[in-house]
Amino acid sequence: MKITRSEVEHVARLARLELSDSELDTFTGQMDGILAYVEKLNALDTEGIVPTSHAVPMENAFRPDQPADSIGVEAALANAPLRAESFFRVPKVIE
Amino acid sequence: MKYQVVIGLEVHTQLTTNTKIFCGCSTRFGAEPNSQTCPVCLGFPGALPVLNKQVVENAIRAGLATNCSITQRNVFARKNYFYPDLPKGYQISQFDLPICQHGHLDIEVDGETKRIGITRIHMEEDAGKLVHADIPGVDDSCVDLNRACTPLLEIVSEPDMRSPDEAIAYLKKLHQIVMYLGICDGNLEEGSFRCDANVSLMPVGSTVFGTRAELKNINSFKFIKQAIEYEIERQAEILDDGGKVIQETRLFDPNTGTTRSMRGKEEAHDYRYFPDPDLVPVLIPDQWIEDVRATLPELPEAKRARYVAELGLPEYDAEVLVSSRELAQYYEETVALFPQAKTVSNWVMGEVSRALNEDNNRSITDCPVTPALLADMLKLMEKGTISGKIAKTVFDEMYKTGKAPEKIVEEKGLVQVSDTGAIEAMVDEVLKNNPAQVEQYRGGKETVFGFFVGQVMRASKGKANPAVVNDLLLKKLKG
Repeated sequence: MKITRSEVEHVARLARLELSDSELDTFTGQMDGILAYVEKLNALDTEGIVPTSHAVPMENAFRPDQPADSIGVEAALANAPLRAESFFRVPKVIE
Repeated sequence: MKYQVVIGLEVHTQLTTNTKIFCGCSTRFGAEPNSQTCPVCLGFPGALPVLNKQVVENAIRAGLATNCSITQRNVFARKNYFYPDLPKGYQISQFDLPICQHGHLDIEVDGETKRIGITRIHMEEDAGKLVHADIPGVDDSCVDLNRACTPLLEIVSEPDMRSPDEAIAYLKKLHQIVMYLGICDGNLEEGSFRCDANVSLMPVGSTVFGTRAELKNINSFKFIKQAIEYEIERQAEILDDGGKVIQETRLFDPNTGTTRSMRGKEEAHDYRYFPDPDLVPVLIPDQWIEDVRATLPELPEAKRARYVAELGLPEYDAEVLVSSRELAQYYEETVALFPQAKTVSNWVMGEVSRALNEDNNRSITDCPVTPALLADMLKLMEKGTISGKIAKTVFDEMYKTGKAPEKIVEEKGLVQVSDTGAIEAMVDEVLKNNPAQVEQYRGGKETVFGFFVGQVMRASKGKANPAVVNDLLLKKLKG
């Protein structure tokens, strides 16, 4: 096994997903299959090769510190499920 | 049991760039909620971040000023967690390759110098703001994403501090440096300079650190001290009772001066960092580092040493004058025009600071008495045109009106009287009116002399040249 049921449960919790018992079984099996497949890459000899963090051979893409137009409050909130004046409205957060 | 406190500090400084770290939205404080947002900082699907070059430049500045080595290959990472103020569900930060590492600052506490290690400095984006807006009928939380994606530098110290005073000294020093560098406005209340403190206790003599608590939400130097002091007490009580300190995040409450547990965020500490594929690596060649180094201002420590060595100022004066870059600049501009270092220092620390304090803590950059005006006035004093006492009157008038000192002296008739004849008449008058004191003086009670000087100065409305007054009084009394 490449991944355990409890690991899947943990990852689901971090992603705020509620999974039923049968879903947990299904996803554990599927994820295990995926990881086993990717595992094949470990057969390659990567000695002395720097880990790849990016797929494109590029660096230093910068933007000058110059303001550009924002999209405006109405456009920003257009798809918000709930709003209050100019704010996004979300369930109360208790700290 | 006796315990030794161990403190490490994490400081988030908000950078003074015009725009956000990954998009062109303005970073101005206080705008209408969500008015400074765009698809990138709102986390809309498909929007791509592009790095603000100034942020990298500012990070290099911070690193060089705190004796760090600059990492030449930088990668941004995603720090994954869910919170309503974080629209993407991850914060773009740096993980294993922070831009600055292995630095240090030297602090002074009770006359002792101590070196505090700086583990790392990394670039990251800020989250938005969760507020409880005062909107009738709305009990929910409200989210303002204007601050989302604002550039931050997180500066992490080694756990090298052993008292609240050391922690404060380190923070003040760091605060002074980022202000000198001009990369942060240093406003603690508005959250431009935020501090988290990691605090743990170990028995005195031990070298094994205890379990730490992380203190958050501290927005003044005073509160940092309070929070740490409270935490020392709290942990000591637990340990004395044979209990165990729990590793947790605690929130400081400025109203009660205590800290309380912020339960529930613990599990989220699994951030699953991975390189952000949307941002390509940042390579910093030697030349770039040297170019930035060449633009660094003289830092407070070097400035202070120079004031003592080259200008001959006392340590105390130097310390006060370099406390802010603006004050030091005001001082230096004045000295350039009137090269008597100690006289200028006395005036800047004295009258100038007093007038600004009384004027609602006005900023030195906004002082109506410019360095040029102050220098002109000091020249009048040096030439003997006005006395030191009159100079204070002239100063207050300059502060109020911004007029040139010569003009004030002329308009108010404040020119110092050095004319011997005129002063002699006043001296004679004073001696004639105070025969008892003259008797005392001649009988050997020389302390009465000051009384005569005071009387003559009053008679001249402060305009008599004190040196001439002294001379004449001595001559007449002895004679």
